[in-house]
Amino acid sequence: MTALLDTIPYARFLGLRTEEDGEILTVVMPFADHLVGNPMLPALHGGSTAALLELTAIAQVARTWPRLRLPRPITVTTAYLRSGKPMDVYARARISRAGRRVAHVLAEAWQEDPAQPIASLTAHFSMDDADT
Amino acid sequence: MSDTFLTTLMPQLASGAAHTHALGFVYEGVNGDRVRLRTPWRPDLVGDPETEVFAGGLVTAMLDHVGGLAVWTKLGRYEPIATLDLRIDYMRPARPRADLLSEARCYRATRTIGFVRAWAFEDDPADPVAAAQATYVISSDGGRKPGANLKPRGERA
Repeated sequence: MTALLDTIPYARFLGLRTEEDGEILTVVMPFADHLVGNPMLPALHGGSTAALLELTAIAQVARTWPRLRLPRPITVTTAYLRSGKPMDVYARARISRAGRRVAHVLAEAWQEDPAQPIASLTAHFSMDDADT
Repeated sequence: MSDTFLTTLMPQLASGAAHTHALGFVYEGVNGDRVRLRTPWRPDLVGDPETEVFAGGLVTAMLDHVGGLAVWTKLGRYEPIATLDLRIDYMRPARPRADLLSEARCYRATRTIGFVRAWAFEDDPADPVAAAQATYVISSDGGRKPGANLKPRGERA
């Protein structure tokens, strides 16, 4: 089965890879030079990590509740907890509530240790196929 | 604010890093305390192949970055900064195959935190695709030396 993220151009731009364990997805963003925002430390650009989290959330919602259209973000909040090192990043999302129109999702991204996330995301997505 | 800062350093900070260069960010200049950044539309930055609209992640990366530029504009100089928190509201879908502009303003900067509002739109700032509220840590390196992130976590640089 082709992973949803393989069909999304921006996910391919970031180089995302999907691992499936039953219903739970783990999305990997392998380190690449074009993800770096601060060449001195060096550190990943916050935009790389935030996009990984958002795409992980979209993939998990679409996987759990398949619809005609992809979930579209309404509000997305990202907290940056630690500097992203020049290494692979992993992300996983948990759906807190999925209604007919709106889903709420939490997601975390980590590198060496899942207990020390580098960023976390809280988001509402529109699930409405009729919505614009 | 020195002319060199605006004409030389800001364009470099806008699109000089690997990620911002890869995304094709274009520095559009500063007007007062407002700074603008443009992303020319590209098929590989799309979020839904059916709609040909920019990915949410691209909008996030651009708003995150233009917000940082607004902090430097407010400070009038370069300091290491790091995004602390970024909230984005998506008001409407972006137009397919259209460039996206962003504008940000740092309306308050304390010694340690910059407070920013930012918008993304095609041509009319009054009709935004998305709006952001963000905070940035100023002097975020805390004295860390270049290459600090190459060491294992836990070891102080």
